[in-house]
Amino acid sequence: MRLILALIISLAASPALAQPNSAAADAAVRAGFPTAPADWAPRLTADETMQQCSASHNSPAKDVAEAIRKREQATIVYPSDNNFMGDWQRGEKLAQSGYGLRFTDYPPRQANGGNCYACHQLTRAEVSYGTLGPSLSEYGKLRDFKPDAVKATYEKIYNSHAAFPCSTMPRFGANKVLTIEQIKDAVALLMSAESPVNTGK
Amino acid sequence: MRRLGLFAALAIALAPAAFAQDADTEKAIEKYRAMLKEDPWSNPGYLDVDRGEALWTTKAGPKNASFEQCDLGKGPGKVEGAFAELPRYFADADRVMDVETRLLWCRETLQGLSTADYVKRPHPAGGQPVKEIGAIAVYVASKSAGQKFAAKLDQPKEKDVVALGETLFYRRQGPFDFACATCHAEQGLRIRLQGLPQLAQKKEAAKVIGEWPAYRVSTTHVMTMQHRLLDCYWQMRLPELQMGSEASVALIAFLTKQADGGEISAPGLKR
Repeated sequence: MRLILALIISLAASPALAQPNSAAADAAVRAGFPTAPADWAPRLTADETMQQCSASHNSPAKDVAEAIRKREQATIVYPSDNNFMGDWQRGEKLAQSGYGLRFTDYPPRQANGGNCYACHQLTRAEVSYGTLGPSLSEYGKLRDFKPDAVKATYEKIYNSHAAFPCSTMPRFGANKVLTIEQIKDAVALLMSAESPVNTGK
Repeated sequence: MRRLGLFAALAIALAPAAFAQDADTEKAIEKYRAMLKEDPWSNPGYLDVDRGEALWTTKAGPKNASFEQCDLGKGPGKVEGAFAELPRYFADADRVMDVETRLLWCRETLQGLSTADYVKRPHPAGGQPVKEIGAIAVYVASKSAGQKFAAKLDQPKEKDVVALGETLFYRRQGPFDFACATCHAEQGLRIRLQGLPQLAQKKEAAKVIGEWPAYRVSTTHVMTMQHRLLDCYWQMRLPELQMGSEASVALIAFLTKQADGGEISAPGLKR
């Protein structure tokens, strides 16, 4: 109880929460990136979900969180054949690559990466992993490779906010960072029994 | 000489560190940092401190003037301790400025050289030396080394800029939905093996902000704070942050406020 009270007080005391995506910030961002090509304009604005996440420092109130969850769930496009598993070896390549969408990445020289290792532990073999996200070691094994978990994994990669409102993970599918086929490959890396994520290699 | 040779060997060994980023590399850099503490003058960033000092007194531009009449906030030509009180509001420009933005202002007003031209390519590519304003900035910053950050940032316009910087720090945008806070709001986290400072917390901000501008081993040049921010936004998949823009100054003002009381040790040494 005391913790909740302290949290409320600390949230109320933070000036950033009072005017999170104010007109001043919008104007400063527009002026601060003057070389942005016309089709990059959406990158300089925040959609409703991002505004709500920024405003709450990623801790939205319960009703806001529910609204975000619903809104983001609606963005998910599923594979037409309902097969969520691709190729784990292609998934591993994707997990290693941070290529794509930086202003030095145009014209594109290769497919965008998912850069999973920047934030997550996956295979044992790769020791250079980040800790911004939870460890995904033995991800499929821990879920008994269940079909429902395979689908849920696809959804989390496509749009993490459908499961965790204001997750810090990119909305890889909804923001068109990765294609449906690429997301299936990442699902296979996590959920296939042959994947080194689950064989402990 | 032996030290220089050792440095050269380390620089060669560490050059690919940006890509390899393995634990051995981090250990080697730690060793290198420890060596530098024994003799701080062996930091290659001091080459640009010297270059910046020379540029400060060199006449240039259509007005054939040096920076010697540049007012960094403590009066024309006063460099000692000026960096410790930046960013601040400057009445002549009617805006808050960080050190680099102020130097661009002096370059334009004193020397008659165009800021608009300079900011088209303001930062060096990997392996290239820091550009002219960056060299002067690291010289100016080094003249506050050992002092504590004491930017007041208490005037109404300064407070507005700090508030804007805080808003931008937490603002999520771009195709990855990243904010500065995505990587810098929690303690002890890392990208791959690279540790991330928790800049949302004053104690940790006070430890690291004072190291900038810093010599970067992986790119073998001095990197300024304006350049550092551009590089973060590049990774965040945003366009090029313009040097001297209101947004850039606001973030630097917010970070400096977070680092209030922290000791300045520029030029620092970074991966």
